Amino acid sequence: MAETLIKNYNLNFGPQHPAAHGVLRMVLEMDGEIIDRADPHVGLLHRGTEKLIEHKNYLQAVPYFDRLDYVSPQNQEHAFALAVEKLLGVEVPPRGQYIRILYAEIGRILNHLFNVTAFAMDVGAMTPMLWGFEDRERLMEFCERACGARMHLNYFRPGGVASDLPDGLTDDIAEWADGFTAMIDDLETLLTENRIFKQRTVDIGVINEEQCYDWGFTGPNLRASGVPWDLRKAQPYDSYDEMEFDIPVGKHGDCYDRYLVRMHEMRQSLRIIKQSIENMPGGPCKSNNRKISPPPRAEMKGSMEALIHHFKLYTEGYHVPAGETYTAVEAPKGEFAVYLISDGTNKPYRCKIRAPGFAHLQAIDFLSKGHMLADAVANLGALDIVFGEIDR
Amino acid sequence: MNTALQELGEYVAGALADEVTGTEMIGDELSITIRRDSITAVLKFLRDDANCRFKQLVDICGVDYPDNDERFAVVYHLLSLTHNLRIRVKLWTDENTAVPTVCGLFSSANWWEREAWDMFGIYFAGHPDLRRILSDYGFEGHPLRKDFPLTGYVEVRYDDEKKRVVYEPVKLQQDFRSFDFLSPWEGIQAALPGDEKAEDAVEGDDG
Repeated sequence: MAETLIKNYNLNFGPQHPAAHGVLRMVLEMDGEIIDRADPHVGLLHRGTEKLIEHKNYLQAVPYFDRLDYVSPQNQEHAFALAVEKLLGVEVPPRGQYIRILYAEIGRILNHLFNVTAFAMDVGAMTPMLWGFEDRERLMEFCERACGARMHLNYFRPGGVASDLPDGLTDDIAEWADGFTAMIDDLETLLTENRIFKQRTVDIGVINEEQCYDWGFTGPNLRASGVPWDLRKAQPYDSYDEMEFDIPVGKHGDCYDRYLVRMHEMRQSLRIIKQSIENMPGGPCKSNNRKISPPPRAEMKGSMEALIHHFKLYTEGYHVPAGETYTAVEAPKGEFAVYLISDGTNKPYRCKIRAPGFAHLQAIDFLSKGHMLADAVANLGALDIVFGEIDR
Repeated sequence: MNTALQELGEYVAGALADEVTGTEMIGDELSITIRRDSITAVLKFLRDDANCRFKQLVDICGVDYPDNDERFAVVYHLLSLTHNLRIRVKLWTDENTAVPTVCGLFSSANWWEREAWDMFGIYFAGHPDLRRILSDYGFEGHPLRKDFPLTGYVEVRYDDEKKRVVYEPVKLQQDFRSFDFLSPWEGIQAALPGDEKAEDAVEGDDG
């Protein structure tokens, strides 16, 4: 048979594809079954968060951070709260810091549990998703008991947390944490040595250390390539320097290692959760500075000054001294940072949100080139993409 | 960390005397301002020099100061994993002047620069693919500029007769409200605006 030249053709992946983890439209240039070029079109979920925040005062800006990466909302709030505190020069009392760490780690487990199981579903395993969501629901109940909302917490406020934990909640979290190790073990028996899972992930989307730096990789994706870099250790914020935990690293930087790193990080998060519950200090959970954090309701019934403070805080808000800061936290997906510029008024002048997923997704072309079409889906799943934070 | 950063700032300013126009510590963060055309040279130095090793470009963003002659600041944030340090590199530009791209140095710059172009209209010369990234196909304007209204200019809806999504000028059911809460926090400290007599009265007392 004579050789015929066939033309590459373009494949439109998404924007409503279940494996796209949201609204991603990807134009794939295919050479048969092989991907020649991947061009992701993002922005379908763009809501103008940064513009909106410029028109809101600092307290009103907090809920927007829940709506970025909606899989682990508290970790985003954490970055914003730390940035505002840095500009204000406010200290958070130890109990506030511990509660934040407790909930930040719950957020990490929420995220990894979702990502690992959704990734497993992308490559053909249905059961982990169904199992994982049961525990996600438990965790969201803990969130609900702390602040009233399952997902959009609005809990980490500049100066501390919105309210103290109700009685008995930490006991329930500790009890859950004891049982959850078995759940991770179960998940691992389903996936870690699973032949199909390994065939779909091992040596897929390999990226080495230097390439990780070049593409701006952070978080589990960077650690899977063998770089022991974790902001909780390297540049500790809140009381993370008092916590004892290890940083899991991968060896090959492929999809399988990214999965393994996340599984181990869940175990480490459990350690941090247990420590923060055991060592939870007493005292107030938010700053006592009444110009920043509102007075308790009971005090307002008797004190005129408390009433004035409350009124001013919820109308005008507080003024933040002029300055700028780039404050980063180790969010479950990587380095999530807020570049906040204040001009001395009650609204941010500019609030740039540095989302880890944005940097990760642009490497999809690099990762998928030369792979099969189905591997693009594995790559997407292993990168941990959520469009709320990418499109902002 | 603070002294290490300060020393680094002096070192960079000394090594790149022609390029760096200012070094400052904002809080405990090092920020250097550079001449616009030297951005590739500066980032290359910061990446490769043994005392810097800023191998990760973590963020590029624009900031709009409409009152300045050169209204846009382009801010680059770099991270050195070797020395566990961060640095901020800033340069100024306006609507008509292009900034050299740094895509050749850091692949991650590609999308950040596209975003700055989309949101502010900052043009990056030599960028391989300077398309809009976050806004809609066929969008006009640059939404994060301070003179772009919060509500935008157009809204979309599905037109049942035309069987497609149509763009229309934005119609607000209620006027856009912007409350001025900027009263001084500590109460009234000086004369009220318009109360010019107050100053005369004080002078009168003296006389």
